[in-house]
Amino acid sequence: MSGLATKRLMKELADIQGKGTPEGIVLLSADDLQEWIFLISVLGEETIYKGETFALRMKFGNRYPIDVPEVTFLANDQYQPPLHPHVYSNGHICASILGNEWSPVLNAVAICITMQSMLASNKKKSRPEGNDRYVRSAPSNPKLTRWHYDDDVSFSIRLNLFNILRVLLN
Amino acid sequence: MSSDGENDEFLYEDAYDDAFDQDDEVDDLDSMSEPDVYDALSPAIEEAPQRKPYDVSWKVKTLQEIIDMQTKEISKIQSVLEVPPSSAAILLRHYVWNSEKLQEQFWNDPASALEEAGLSPPSSPTTRTSTLPPSPTRRTTRSLKAGPSTSLPKRARSINTGSFECPICCMEFDELSVPSQTYSMGCEHRFCKDCWKEYLVVKIKGEGESAKIQCMESGCGRVVREEVIDDLVEKDVSRRYHNLLNAAFVADSSTLRWCPHPNCEYIIQCTQAPPRMLNQLVPTVECKCGHDLCFGCGYAASHRPVLCKIVRLWEKKCADDSETANWLQANTKECTKCQSTIEKNGGCNHMTCKKCKWEFCWVCMGPWSEHGTAWYQCNRFDEKSGIDARDTQAKSRASLERYLHYFSRWANHEHSAKLDGELYQKTEKKMEQMQNSGNLSWIEVQFAKQAVDVAIKARVTLKWSYCMAFYLKRNNMTELFEDNQRDLERAVETLGYSLEQSISDTESIAKLRQDITNQAAYVQKRHDILMDDTLKGYLERRWEFSVDI
Repeated sequence: MSGLATKRLMKELADIQGKGTPEGIVLLSADDLQEWIFLISVLGEETIYKGETFALRMKFGNRYPIDVPEVTFLANDQYQPPLHPHVYSNGHICASILGNEWSPVLNAVAICITMQSMLASNKKKSRPEGNDRYVRSAPSNPKLTRWHYDDDVSFSIRLNLFNILRVLLN
Repeated sequence: MSSDGENDEFLYEDAYDDAFDQDDEVDDLDSMSEPDVYDALSPAIEEAPQRKPYDVSWKVKTLQEIIDMQTKEISKIQSVLEVPPSSAAILLRHYVWNSEKLQEQFWNDPASALEEAGLSPPSSPTTRTSTLPPSPTRRTTRSLKAGPSTSLPKRARSINTGSFECPICCMEFDELSVPSQTYSMGCEHRFCKDCWKEYLVVKIKGEGESAKIQCMESGCGRVVREEVIDDLVEKDVSRRYHNLLNAAFVADSSTLRWCPHPNCEYIIQCTQAPPRMLNQLVPTVECKCGHDLCFGCGYAASHRPVLCKIVRLWEKKCADDSETANWLQANTKECTKCQSTIEKNGGCNHMTCKKCKWEFCWVCMGPWSEHGTAWYQCNRFDEKSGIDARDTQAKSRASLERYLHYFSRWANHEHSAKLDGELYQKTEKKMEQMQNSGNLSWIEVQFAKQAVDVAIKARVTLKWSYCMAFYLKRNNMTELFEDNQRDLERAVETLGYSLEQSISDTESIAKLRQDITNQAAYVQKRHDILMDDTLKGYLERRWEFSVDI
C-alpha cells in the first residue's frame, strides 16, 4: 500500500468509526486496508428489495483513491447479489461511477450510497441482458471488463445492457 | 506520381493551409480539386502529364510542422474569440479542430460553448448535469466531514482561516503552504499538488488521455490546461502528454496520417482522399522515409489497384481462413444439412452432426435413415439423395477451392516479392561479372538493377490483382481484367527467367542485356496498362464486386 492509499483509508475508517455510516449501510469487515465489506439494505416501504441485505466488497489498490477500487456484490452461500438490470449474477456491477466517472474525491461510503440509490430507484427485478453469456466469460476482476454505459439513464449511474467486451490482461 | 511537383504546389498551396478548418467541409475542397483529380477527361492531365487522374498529391510533414499548424490555428481562434491561448486550444480540441463550427457555436452562446468544452466561467463552479447528481457526493461529504456545510464552501473557508485539508490524501496544509503546495482551477476545487501529480500521471501514462483530462472533483468537467499540466508533472510525463496531444490532432484530422513505417516520424498530408472517396480512389503515397503507404487506410505499402475496403476484407479472410483452409480441405466434409464442417477422426460411417443432429452416411453423404438394415456398410452410392447431398458439398468445396486458388497466387507473389533481397544480391554479383568479362561500364550494367525493380513492383501489383479478382463478379469487364493480369504475369515470369540466366561469354552478355532491357520495358508497359485500366475503372464505375463497397 502506498502512503497515499494508507493515509486516506485510515482516515475513512476513522470517520466511519467516529461518525458512523448513513442508514442502511453497515461496515461488516475491514480487517486490513486491502479489502472491506459493507452490508447494504434499501430503506422504506416502497422498495422492491424490502427485507433484503446485500454484501458489497471493495478491494483497494495501490493507487487508491486516484484509481477506482474493485467493487462487486458478494455471491456466496450467505449473500446473493441483488436482482437488478445492472448487476450480473456473479456480482459484477455496471455503473459509470466505478468506471469513467470515478473521481478521487469519492470514497467507500460514497460508493455504498450510490449502490443503495441504484437499488432504491429500481422498479423491476431482473438480470442484465446477456447475463449468462457475460458470467461465463467474465474476468474475475470487473475492472478488466470494458463496460459500455448507457447515456439515457436518468439517474446518477449510466448503465449498460449490452455489448460487453472483455479486455484481456496485456 | 509526384509528391512535390511544382504544379501541385501551385494548385494546392491554399487548400493545404486552410485544410484544417475545412476537414468537414469536404465539398469546398472538392470544388477546388475535384476536376483535376477525379475527372478522367479533364484537360488538367495535359498540363501535368506525369500525374494520372487517379493519383493524389500530398505533402510530407515533420512533427514540428504539425505543431506549427496547431499553433497557427490556436492563435487564429485566440484573436477572433479573444480568449487566452490555452482556452483556444481546449475549445479547438473539443470541436475537433473545426474552427468554423466552434465560432458558430461560440457566437451563438459563448457561455455554453465554453462550458461544453470544459471551460466554465470561474465564477460558478461546474456541475455537469449528465453526471453524478450532487446528492451522493454531498451526503458523503457530510457524513465523513464535520459540520453540516457542503464540501466546497468549507474548503474555501478553510483556506481563508488558514489550514487546508486535501480531500484526497487528507494531508493538512497550513496557511503559508497552501499557495505553493496546493492548486485549484477556475472551478475552485482545491487539491494538493502531490495528488494532482499522481492523478495526472495515471491519466497520461496509464490511460493515455490528453485533450480531455478533467478536474478531480466528482462531476466537474473543467479541463486541465496545458501549462498547468506542464507545471505540475515531471518532464518525461509532460513530453508524453504533448506527444499524445499531437497524436490526437493527427488522428482527428481526415487530411493527416502518420507514416506507418517503423521509426518514421513523418506525417502525410493529403486533402484529396476523404473517406467517402475511397470507393473510387486508391491513394498510394510515398513518405520521405522512402516507403509507400496507403493514405486511405494506413496500409504500410502500396495495395494498388485494390480498394482499401477490399484489402481489409481480404486480410480478415486470410487471417481467418488461410491456415486452416488447407487442412479442412484435406480432412473434413460438411454436414449435408447445416454445412458445419466435420472431421471424422474414427468410428463408423454413421455420422450425427453435433450441431443440427442430422444423421448421415460418411461414405455416400446420403441420409442415414435410407440405409435401412445395411448398418455400417454403404452400398448405395448412387441413390439420388446421396448424389444431391454430394452436390451441395461440392458447391461448398468449390467456394473453398476458389478462395484457395486466389490465395495461393496472392501468397506466391508476395513470397516472390519478398525474395527481392536475394535477387538484388544475385544481380549485383552478375553486374560485377558483366563489368569484368563483358567490358561494360558501371552505367551500362545498371539495366539489371532497374529490371529487378520493375519485376518487384509488378509482382506486388500482381499479388493484389488476385485479391481484386477474388471479389470481382464474373462478367466481361472481369474477363478483360484477367486478360491484363495474365499478360502481366507472363511478362514478369519471362523477365524473371532471364534475370536468373547465368553469364557465359561476351556475346551472350550482349544478348542477355538486350533481352532483359526489352522484357523489363514490356513488363513496365503491361504493369501500367493494368494499373491504368483498373484505377480508371473505379472512376468510371466499371467494376462490380461480390461484396458491397
